[in-house]
Amino acid sequence: MKILVAIKRVVDHNVRIRVRPDGSGVETAGVRMSMNPFCKHAVEAAIQLAEAGKADEIVAVSIGPKAATDVILTALAMGAQRGILLETDIEPETLAVARLLAAIVAEEKPDLVLLGKQAVDDDSNHVGQMLAGLLDWPQATFASAIAVTGAGLEVTREVDSGTQTLALPLPAIVTADLRLNIPRNAALPMVMKARSKPLAVRPAAELGVDLSPRLRIENISPPPERVAGRTLASVAELGAFIAGELAAGEGRS
Amino acid sequence: MTTLILADHDGDILSPTTARLVAALSPFGPVDILVLAENPEPIARAASTLAGVATVFTSRGEMLSESAVALLETLAVHYPILAMCASSAGKDIVPRLAARLDIMPVTDVVAILGPDRFVRPIYAGNALQTLTDSQPRHLLTLRASAFPPAATGNAAPIQPIEDAGQSVARLIATHRTPGDRPDLATARIVVAGGVAVGSAEGFQLIEMLGRKLGAAIGATRAAVDAGYAPNDWQVGQTGKVIAPDLYIAIGISGALQHLAGIQGAKRIAAINTDPEAPLVKLADVALIGDLFEIVPQLIAELEKLGVGS
Ligand SMILES: Cc1cc2nc3c(=O)[nH]c(=O)nc-3n(C[C@H](O)[C@H](O)[C@H](O)COP(=O)(O)OP(=O)(O)OC[C@H]3O[C@@H](n4cnc5c(N)ncnc54)[C@H](O)[C@@H]3O)c2cc1C
Ligand SMILES: Nc1ncnc2c1ncn2[C@@H]1O[C@H](COP(=O)(O)O)[C@@H](O)[C@H]1O
Repeated sequence: MKILVAIKRVVDHNVRIRVRPDGSGVETAGVRMSMNPFCKHAVEAAIQLAEAGKADEIVAVSIGPKAATDVILTALAMGAQRGILLETDIEPETLAVARLLAAIVAEEKPDLVLLGKQAVDDDSNHVGQMLAGLLDWPQATFASAIAVTGAGLEVTREVDSGTQTLALPLPAIVTADLRLNIPRNAALPMVMKARSKPLAVRPAAELGVDLSPRLRIENISPPPERVAGRTLASVAELGAFIAGELAAGEGRS
Repeated sequence: MTTLILADHDGDILSPTTARLVAALSPFGPVDILVLAENPEPIARAASTLAGVATVFTSRGEMLSESAVALLETLAVHYPILAMCASSAGKDIVPRLAARLDIMPVTDVVAILGPDRFVRPIYAGNALQTLTDSQPRHLLTLRASAFPPAATGNAAPIQPIEDAGQSVARLIATHRTPGDRPDLATARIVVAGGVAVGSAEGFQLIEMLGRKLGAAIGATRAAVDAGYAPNDWQVGQTGKVIAPDLYIAIGISGALQHLAGIQGAKRIAAINTDPEAPLVKLADVALIGDLFEIVPQLIAELEKLGVGS
């Protein structure tokens, strides 16, 4: 089985972001960037399938600026064989990202595309589902377990009411949730080795996909601040507070 | 007709989120509802009572992304607005449909400023994006908890349409978390526990308090990862986003990914041993101390005050 893994470079999830005062966006200059956490779970899933003898090639692809080479190197250090950077300095909308990935799928012909369930910058949770729609492939989103069977895959998904398991033939799209696995940290020798693995850099514009945005972002603003609270001295005070809130709620409804 | 909503349900019961979507979208014109289920009629009857609904369509089939998208693709031409709740089903279905229709979707909407202007959170809710969508058709998911529910008393006609097609991906198992607690996404009171609760047995204490208050139960990712609570209790950036009148956080530090899920809470009470925990700082009221001492005392105190059952 050949696996394509899509990975995004985002503001590191531990950074407390700052909204630019002019409303033009979130400050990214001088901010630590890293691989989107969900994408790490996707890469780890691909490597575990290879280690189990179920996959023979893993290609990692990222769409972004030159600096996104970093996250591809991380994926190569974790165990992917080959990387592709589709270079662009604009941030394409998710539909354009899905179209770019569809073009790469047409070239690479993977049996399985693994993605993260969402990118923690735009929090869209779109691209895997869009790619499945464009390719007319079956999809299993929010995966917490993947098993390879004779007929394809069995994927357990985390849903609002619990979990559900889907059986799907290949080729297929799977998006990774956080409980799918524990991503490895690449050991230093692997990090060194990653630099000698093939990494193709191509202009995203070359793939013939319209990258112009459909939506117009008017502004980005910080969320409203909460008013400062107080510390209570006893369980009795907490009980009284809760009783008061319940009574107020009754009054409202 | 203006808007088509594909309704969320659990197979038997209409999700309470539907009433909120109807109310949020009825200002733009009549709303039709589609119920896709193995047995859609009882769900459709509940939907037909919502004020603002013109027609409820029913289709027999599994509520899976491929079958839902195939059905909606043919219906979409009639509707300038197609919407779902930002639930696991909505997130699974709407982007796939959007790609089929070549439309950029607008998802996790928390405010509607006009027929083509929306607000959605990014960066775990640490920033809000205001945008204009001038595409010929709007594909939306809405965070139901950000909108009040529609009134009932309507009796919209129910009209069966064709069965949904088979999906290539087949559903082979479902595990539903047992219990008859209020729906977490729309609950007015939520009691949640963190990893400090220490075990699944510990969570019975959280549930006991929850029952007393008629509350839904939430948990942090750390508590779910540890196996103390089921995955569908997770609140946060990657779990459920809630906006209760009262949120009681017990042994929860308040990591920014958790706070992403509770920004809409009107009042927050925290119980934590650490006065410096971010959630303690954020809360309207905080009680510093050991949850294993405080929660049983609190249950007794509420009993004394005659609160709940
Ligand atoms: C990409 C990504 C997405 C994530 N999404 C989510 C999400 O959706 N939801 C989510 O919750 N997390 C999410 N997380 C995880 C998040 O970063 C935190 O790790 C998690 O929320 C911490 O859970 P906690 O508060 O239970 O644990 P901790 O941070 O360990 O906090 C435990 C708290 O309990 C207190 N405590 C200890 N003992 C007691 C006692 N006896 N009595 C009272 N208090 C006590 C401590 O002082 C501490 O404040 C995500 C992380 C990543 C990287
Ligand atoms: N620029 C990108 N480059 C590569 N993969 C991406 C990119 N954007 C999104 N993805 C993939 O799509 C997933 C979901 O992203 P999103 O739909 O933006 O939340 C991510 O976890 C990645 O696997």
